[in-house]
Amino acid sequence: MEEINALFHGFAVALTPFNLMLMFVGIMLGVIIGVLPGLGGANGIAILLPLTFTMPPTSAIIMLSCIYWGALFGGAITSVLFNIPGEPWSVATTFDGYPMAQQGRAGEALTAAFTSSFVGAFVAVVMITFLAPMVARFALEFGPPEFFSVYFLTFCSFVGMGKGSPFKIIVAMMLGFALAAVGMDTVTGQLRLNFGWMELMRGFDFLVAVIGLFGIGEILLSMEEGLSFQGRTAKIDPKIVLETWKKLPRYWMTSVRSCLIGCWMGITPGGATPASFMSYGIAKRMSRDGSKFGTGELEGVVAPETAAHAAGTSALLPMLSLGIPGSPTAAVLLGGLLIWGLQPGPLLFVEKPDFVWGLIASMYLGNIAGLMIVLTCVPLFAAILRVPFSIIAPVIVVICAIGAYTVHNAMLDIWFMLLFGVIGYVFKKLDYPMAPMVLALVLGDRAEDSFRQAMIISQGDLRVFFSNWLVGSIMALGLLMLVWPVISEFLARRRTPALAA
Amino acid sequence: MSENRHTDAAERSAVGTRTMEIVTAVLLLVIGAAVAISSWQLGARWGDDGPQSGYFPFYIGMIIGVCSLVTFFQAISGKLGPDRSFVDRGPLRQVMSVLVPAAVFVLGIQLIGIYVAAAVYITFFMVWLGGYSWVKGVTLGLAVSVLAFFLFEIWFQVPLYKGSLYDPLSLIGY
Repeated sequence: MEEINALFHGFAVALTPFNLMLMFVGIMLGVIIGVLPGLGGANGIAILLPLTFTMPPTSAIIMLSCIYWGALFGGAITSVLFNIPGEPWSVATTFDGYPMAQQGRAGEALTAAFTSSFVGAFVAVVMITFLAPMVARFALEFGPPEFFSVYFLTFCSFVGMGKGSPFKIIVAMMLGFALAAVGMDTVTGQLRLNFGWMELMRGFDFLVAVIGLFGIGEILLSMEEGLSFQGRTAKIDPKIVLETWKKLPRYWMTSVRSCLIGCWMGITPGGATPASFMSYGIAKRMSRDGSKFGTGELEGVVAPETAAHAAGTSALLPMLSLGIPGSPTAAVLLGGLLIWGLQPGPLLFVEKPDFVWGLIASMYLGNIAGLMIVLTCVPLFAAILRVPFSIIAPVIVVICAIGAYTVHNAMLDIWFMLLFGVIGYVFKKLDYPMAPMVLALVLGDRAEDSFRQAMIISQGDLRVFFSNWLVGSIMALGLLMLVWPVISEFLARRRTPALAA
Repeated sequence: MSENRHTDAAERSAVGTRTMEIVTAVLLLVIGAAVAISSWQLGARWGDDGPQSGYFPFYIGMIIGVCSLVTFFQAISGKLGPDRSFVDRGPLRQVMSVLVPAAVFVLGIQLIGIYVAAAVYITFFMVWLGGYSWVKGVTLGLAVSVLAFFLFEIWFQVPLYKGSLYDPLSLIGY
């Protein structure tokens, strides 16, 4: 099959000494980033992105995606050892992971977590290998109306599948679009929304927003509890690894189920975090030992970790083949591709196969390398968290500030980072979701461009969005998602009229 | 007893969720209005060859405004859940203890450049909030700053901000 051929070609691209070194560096950095609070996956990649401008794009994306892997693995370390989720998607791992550590079974928990992550990510990468080119070929038929309809569906799904007030979700999303619109209008060249302030000509960069929202914002949030890292010690020796590996196949059903949940949530704008929670919840309900979840059940670690990594990886599928990121971190990677002048989407497979397949090949390699590295280096990473907070906190802030500055060499961006940090803190506490805002910030210009192009093609006729079965069905699905909260509330009221009264 | 607990909780709280919801909704309403007005001034109608520059942002601003208005009324009428504390005094103090120095740090970057500001920031944070000795604080602050200097100025060749008021590094030629 031509995909396997292309994949082997990709391995040839990925297996150069320089790229291998970058992979190793990337994974190490990624795990450190995943372990430290305030430097999450999306944030860490955002900070390191400008530094990769001097590298060839293929090497840069290989390193960045390995950082991504590392962060995925790293989040589990702090969840199990310190009951502090290093990443939002590791929260569900704390439920059973930390109790296991408290019972002295930390090595077992970590092995289970890492191995499940490996399995989840591996399945997702295989899926990407075969599905991505198919989706890309399919998407070659897309014109501006089709692209806009897919963006429309993406954003409506946030409203439809989100929890909490749909109004807040819409506001967060629209705020992202508004921020994206600031600056020079790509079509007419006019300055928009800068209120006469010339400094805003550059607009708001999504990297700065991500560093502020997910970086500074998260530090501020963690500060509420003060931070005392009193973790359990963990040593992983080969005996524990082998014993745990012997126990894991018992949970193959959970694993398969979690992979499916993860892949689905990754492709749709759900992401790794909802995937991990959903998988944990379903595993708890469907497992024989469901009632023991929360007390240190191995299955309770397998389920969320498999799903989170499957989701985190499969979020790259729509990003590569359609140009639509499935998670905030994928959104940052997408932004990076755009900066390098690469257009993610169907044309990427056609015009730059080296890049795409080199990336996909590096995912396999990075996954394997990541598993080996984390299994051997856990005590090292755990020791990082023993550095007292009063030393680590200012260093992280300095790193974030440097990261924000290097995006556009603009001092103002550091102030924006601070502002976004406060916004992130307040929004998180008031349940205004940040993922749609970040996605809108990244995709806003492109969504608007496809809308305007579609309008130009149709001479101003909105019916172009229903002109053929493809575009029409996607738009209809989007509209359904948009009004879903209203519909489901209506259905709920009908089912329990007594309670409503 | 429960009344005591209620007043205790109220005393502990720095600001209530309901207040924050209302304030946020109002702020977003203002932002939405500003976006819509600015877009209208730019031209938000259908031009000769498609939507004008302000078309998209105008509707975005309107949607922000309308949805924030709904949230505002929801917050006022109490539909957004019971009035819990947004943040208690203790945690707020912890948050401020990170936010305020960070803001001063950014001001420092603006004035004297990032390398010196970072060294000062780390040192003060360690000494004032961490209780470390001046020796340790200065050592680590300088160490991080020097490391960053070598990493960015020399190795990556990425110049960082040197300060708009005075550049202390001009003494060594940077």
